[in-house]
Amino acid sequence: MLDRIVALFTSLRLTVVLLALALVLVFWGTLAQVSLGLYKAQNDFFRSFFIYWTPAGSGLRLPIFAGGYLVGGLLLINLFAAHFRYYQPGRRKIGIVMIHIGVMLLLLGQLLTDVLSTESMLHLRNGETKNYSEKSSDYELALVDTTAPDADHVMAIPAGRLGRGGDITHPGMPFVVRVHTYYANSALTEKPTEGFSEVVTTTGVGGGIWWRELPRETEMDKRDVPSGIIELVTPQESLGTLFVSAYLTRPHQFVYNGHTFEVGLRPERIYKNFFIHLVEFKHDKYPGTEIPKNFSSLVRVHRPDTGENREVLIYMNNPLRYAGETYYQASFDTDDQGTVLQVVRNPSWLTPYFSCVLVGLGLTVQFLQHLARFVRERKAA
Amino acid sequence: MKVLQKLLPWAVLALFATEIVVILLPKTGGTLHVAEFGRLPVLLNGRIQPFDSVARNSLLQIRSTGDVPLEEVPSWKFWHHPRKLNSTEWLLEVFFKPEIADTRPIFLIHHPDVIAEFKLAGKGVEKSGLRYYTYRELRPALEAIATQGQQAGTIADAQRTTYQKQVLKLTNALLIYQRLQNSIQPDATHSFTELLAEFRAALPAGLAAFQAQQAGQPSDDAALKKFAVLAQRFNEQADFAYPLVVPPADPADTDGWLNVGASVLTTMRAGRIHPAVDYFARMATAYRHDDAAEFNAAVAGYKNWLGPQFSREVGKGRAEFYFNRIKLFLHATIIYLAAFVLAGSALLTFGLAPQFSESLRRAAAYLIALAFIVHTGGLIFRMMLEGRPPVTNLYSSAIFIGWGTCVLGIILERVYRIGLGSAVAGLAGFITLLIAHNLALGGDTMEMLRAVLDTNFWLATHVVVVTLGYSSTFVAGTLALAYVVLGVGTPLLTTKLGATGNVTLGAALTKMTYAIICFATLFSFVGTVLGGIWADQSWGRFWGWDPKENGALLIVIWNALILHARWGGLVRERGLMNLALFGNIVTAFSWFGVNMLGIGLHSYGFMDAAFKWLMLFNASQILLIALGSLPLHLWRSFRVDLS
Repeated sequence: MLDRIVALFTSLRLTVVLLALALVLVFWGTLAQVSLGLYKAQNDFFRSFFIYWTPAGSGLRLPIFAGGYLVGGLLLINLFAAHFRYYQPGRRKIGIVMIHIGVMLLLLGQLLTDVLSTESMLHLRNGETKNYSEKSSDYELALVDTTAPDADHVMAIPAGRLGRGGDITHPGMPFVVRVHTYYANSALTEKPTEGFSEVVTTTGVGGGIWWRELPRETEMDKRDVPSGIIELVTPQESLGTLFVSAYLTRPHQFVYNGHTFEVGLRPERIYKNFFIHLVEFKHDKYPGTEIPKNFSSLVRVHRPDTGENREVLIYMNNPLRYAGETYYQASFDTDDQGTVLQVVRNPSWLTPYFSCVLVGLGLTVQFLQHLARFVRERKAA
Repeated sequence: MKVLQKLLPWAVLALFATEIVVILLPKTGGTLHVAEFGRLPVLLNGRIQPFDSVARNSLLQIRSTGDVPLEEVPSWKFWHHPRKLNSTEWLLEVFFKPEIADTRPIFLIHHPDVIAEFKLAGKGVEKSGLRYYTYRELRPALEAIATQGQQAGTIADAQRTTYQKQVLKLTNALLIYQRLQNSIQPDATHSFTELLAEFRAALPAGLAAFQAQQAGQPSDDAALKKFAVLAQRFNEQADFAYPLVVPPADPADTDGWLNVGASVLTTMRAGRIHPAVDYFARMATAYRHDDAAEFNAAVAGYKNWLGPQFSREVGKGRAEFYFNRIKLFLHATIIYLAAFVLAGSALLTFGLAPQFSESLRRAAAYLIALAFIVHTGGLIFRMMLEGRPPVTNLYSSAIFIGWGTCVLGIILERVYRIGLGSAVAGLAGFITLLIAHNLALGGDTMEMLRAVLDTNFWLATHVVVVTLGYSSTFVAGTLALAYVVLGVGTPLLTTKLGATGNVTLGAALTKMTYAIICFATLFSFVGTVLGGIWADQSWGRFWGWDPKENGALLIVIWNALILHARWGGLVRERGLMNLALFGNIVTAFSWFGVNMLGIGLHSYGFMDAAFKWLMLFNASQILLIALGSLPLHLWRSFRVDLS
């Protein structure tokens, strides 16, 4: 039995079947992007073990085809197992070994990227300075103690925790956050509207706002905008209920125990130990056309603890790699006065480079061997 | 007879080589120095180009041809060259004799609903089943066309019906035409020199009156009004003109080119009319009055004036004009076709008349070598004009795929001297250049590259390598095609090759196909991963499942599948060939199909006329695979002769 399993997992037949499945999967997943959009198609087809089908009108989810994780995972096992079974020392197979290690590295690297990488955005207007980037899909409830003149003390609760409701406590937080209502995606209006209910709170904004819950967004270029009603409770008393929403641009301010606090729901921030200042964003076009020639952001990186202070030009195909993160020119404000940098932290970003070199060399070695043999045979004939 | 067989290959080569030499030689001009005008540099689409390129690319978009025939010749009279206007001659008419240009049948309309909607039935001229209309014939319908065009323009590209696409195409063609008419002199100008003189004369009084009025002092209203009417004409022209023809005051200011209208308006500040405008006015008036001497003098004078300060622009105009004129890719296409016919005949006569077949094979091989030189010449010329690596858009990818197949075909022919390499190079070269020709109908093929593509490093590495991957996969597919066709239709596959005669054609084909698939795997894998690395450099992710990326991945997967199926003994000769044939479909999808989806970051070449052709191509490949799957006793090559 074990022999048969080993034989199956090491067989070339399985490789061919898996490659055929991969072909169908990639083709199908590409076509599906037309109707589902890139993001959903990606999740349904490539970041999944199975592709599910829901017959119209039923609540069933039937797995009908292997997803990307399954095919990729099996290929990885197949590659690995085949090596242990067929590996022969010596130069003759060195090409094949390199190719297969390279492919394994590539698959593993992509899996790691899926798991480990984080993406965020850094939006800067000309002349603005920030020491944080913002996630584009995750939010946090930020409680900021702004009393000290030189530094803010930030306490942040991930929005996912708000979704579970109840009381939220933390030793460093002077009060309890009690969640009354939380919508992960919501809509607001300023006048009574069918389907919306009025926001009722005892403090802060709320009066004159109507809201409703919305289903979570699945499309790539749309994002959820959460809202909620919370109550801040101190050991002595309640500070009242409060409306928080990612739609609101200004946090709610209050004073407690001699400290000034700001509270608000905002995109989750990733703080850094350095500052980035946008000197100038540039959007060049080819003369007489609207074709963009170049987008570039001249930024100043300032790191107080080491005293580092330098200017860097970020433009298309030329990102800034700094402190384990990479800053790409991603977008810009419509008035050309501000830039949006995509910030990626991906510890396995180098794996494709190694993989490319390994497989390229391996294929070359392998085929040169073939070629040499072929030439010898022809000479002999 | 023997001498004839020896001479034939050289005679064929000499014939085609002479043709190439003739087109490369400088041409003598007529009394009107049209070519000199066609070489003058202007700025359009963000790049310096000669008037001739403006003319050619506009005509391609309007009429789908590079010139305008003046008489109808039945297509069977192929030896009779019809009189025609070349691109620059046509442009001169459009600029300076619009009333004549309006009577040239140039607007290609073939959708029956478009013809019915705008009441065009019975009008226009027909040629080879296509209908061409003059501007004058379309004039009564202009408003209706504009309305329909605007309506079609509000609909997303993917949702447009064929009718709406055709209306949009017509609207665009009309717009280009009208803008061209306004590019040198304002619309409906009888004498541009007189108009300029009038403007010059009215300028001082007009400006004085204007300044007085601004300052709240009494002003000369008549002078102001006269000046305003003139300025208004140039103002309208400034909004509408197409190429920017007036060079910047400071040659270093490469963005400073203006159209004539805008340049004349700057006179209000600069105080003097730009010399280029005066030269253009002289050309316009001379051309209208058929004064060849004065026209030639004005063109020569302007070229002199451009002189050393704009030598780079003048040089670019000259070079691109020459490139347009010699049409290297067109000639390469013809040579490829001839070589394919010769190589195919060589293969088919292999068993019947070995000596004659060898003679044909040599002729084909020489022609492929010539085609390679011409093709490479065109490729390098283009790269120099653009200052870019060979592949920058869909058009140039077709040119480069053809070039790659030609190189591989030559190598195959060097190894196995049986005509197969030449046949593959000839067929693939012909088809890819034909595809390139059709892609060029979209307009300027040397357009500027969007910011993300503006990197010669990645264009030279990722794009070139991945395109070679396409080339080699197509070559493997074409070899498989030869295997199936020759195997089912002829007894050749089992024919022994060479002097020692121990290898059959079938075995040789299998080896070739296998070797080419190995190359295809190398190129497509390295090319695809390099693409991922580029994406990592510019967008921050190595792999985003973008359609074009997936297309490249499909080729890698498919080639890997073929190799593993072969190694695992799952397929033998015929199976390998059928898989290689399917590789054609996979590659065609990756090259064209994904662009037709109209989504993703790479959708730079969306077109749907090609969809029909892609489907036909896929159907033909499936037919071939079906043919390749016939039981062996139906293959002529493998049929056991019981008699």
